[in-house]
Amino acid sequence: MSERAQLLLELADDELILGWRNSEWTGIAPFLEEDVAFSSIAQNEIGHARALYDLAAVELGTDADALAFDRKPEEYRCAQLVQLRLVPDWAQTIARHVLYETADALRIAALKEHDDAELAGIAAKVEREEVYHRLHAEMWLERLRNEARYTEAVDELWPYALGVLEPGLRPALAERVGRPQVQAVERSAPGEEFAALWEEMTMVRRSAPVGAQW
Amino acid sequence: MVTAEAVWEALAQIPDPEIPVISLVDLGVVKDVTVEGERVRIAFTPTFMGCPALETMRREMEAVVHDLGGEAQVDVVLDDSWSTDSITPAGREKLRAAGFAPPTPRAAGATTLVQLQSKAFRCPYCGSSETRLDNIFGPTPCRSVRYCESCRQPFEQFKTI
Repeated sequence: MSERAQLLLELADDELILGWRNSEWTGIAPFLEEDVAFSSIAQNEIGHARALYDLAAVELGTDADALAFDRKPEEYRCAQLVQLRLVPDWAQTIARHVLYETADALRIAALKEHDDAELAGIAAKVEREEVYHRLHAEMWLERLRNEARYTEAVDELWPYALGVLEPGLRPALAERVGRPQVQAVERSAPGEEFAALWEEMTMVRRSAPVGAQW
Repeated sequence: MVTAEAVWEALAQIPDPEIPVISLVDLGVVKDVTVEGERVRIAFTPTFMGCPALETMRREMEAVVHDLGGEAQVDVVLDDSWSTDSITPAGREKLRAAGFAPPTPRAAGATTLVQLQSKAFRCPYCGSSETRLDNIFGPTPCRSVRYCESCRQPFEQFKTI
């Protein structure tokens, strides 16, 4: 697989799996506005994943759904940060949201300058939507920044957040978040927590005959 | 014989599936129409990338071209070229009349929280700018929810992107 296809799958997997994790709050968020917010953010992230899978699919001779749902769990390349099941811990959820959106902003800014014009175009379009995710994260950061439960959650997730980015972008993330650059939790074969998510996420696809229309 | 003009007219009759008061042409998501014989190529860009109405819009565009005797090819363009500034003046007026505050013009930089919380947003019902942000997110990805302190009416604000 080319480096480009690997990069596209990493990006798409991050967005798909984070979208899935965010959607786990649908119906059970602390209040209605957050239920709507996390559901809407999930929808956006999965939309970004679709565009990135589409682009990878042209190169790999397949389609977006096959890349999203037909791979084996060990073939996914998403960062460990997005795999964590954080429901029902709201402090950890907001900590991940703030950390991911901060990291993603750096990554998108770099991708907008990418040599591949299609990828750069998608990054620019994604950025328009991500602005609102960051504003939402910023609002929560204002509210929670001095709460012990929140800062402990950031401490715990910080090495995972570094693992979202390629090493070259990590110093910038450490500066923005105001934390030292520690050993990152790198992308690696997904673990058991991911396997359970994969079971649920691919259930409909696996139960339907090939070529079924919805 | 299909003409580009006829295709544009037909596309202008297709309502947005989620905000049916406005057409796809009003929304500015049809970027280009080129006709070669019976083949009609429509360059189209979604508002938000996770928009679930994408396939519905594609089918409807194909159907109107078919009715004109042509065969449509809808190319989805994913780049930075669409923004809410592409919504036509007529489209903005239709949104307002239906109770959706149209998007504010794009500023040079990215939207900030201070801007969203400012008094720059007018209530589509009474015109007051005494409105506050209730939720950045709303019933579809393209909308926020605001509340008018003057007429005490919640309303939906089209996000500026």
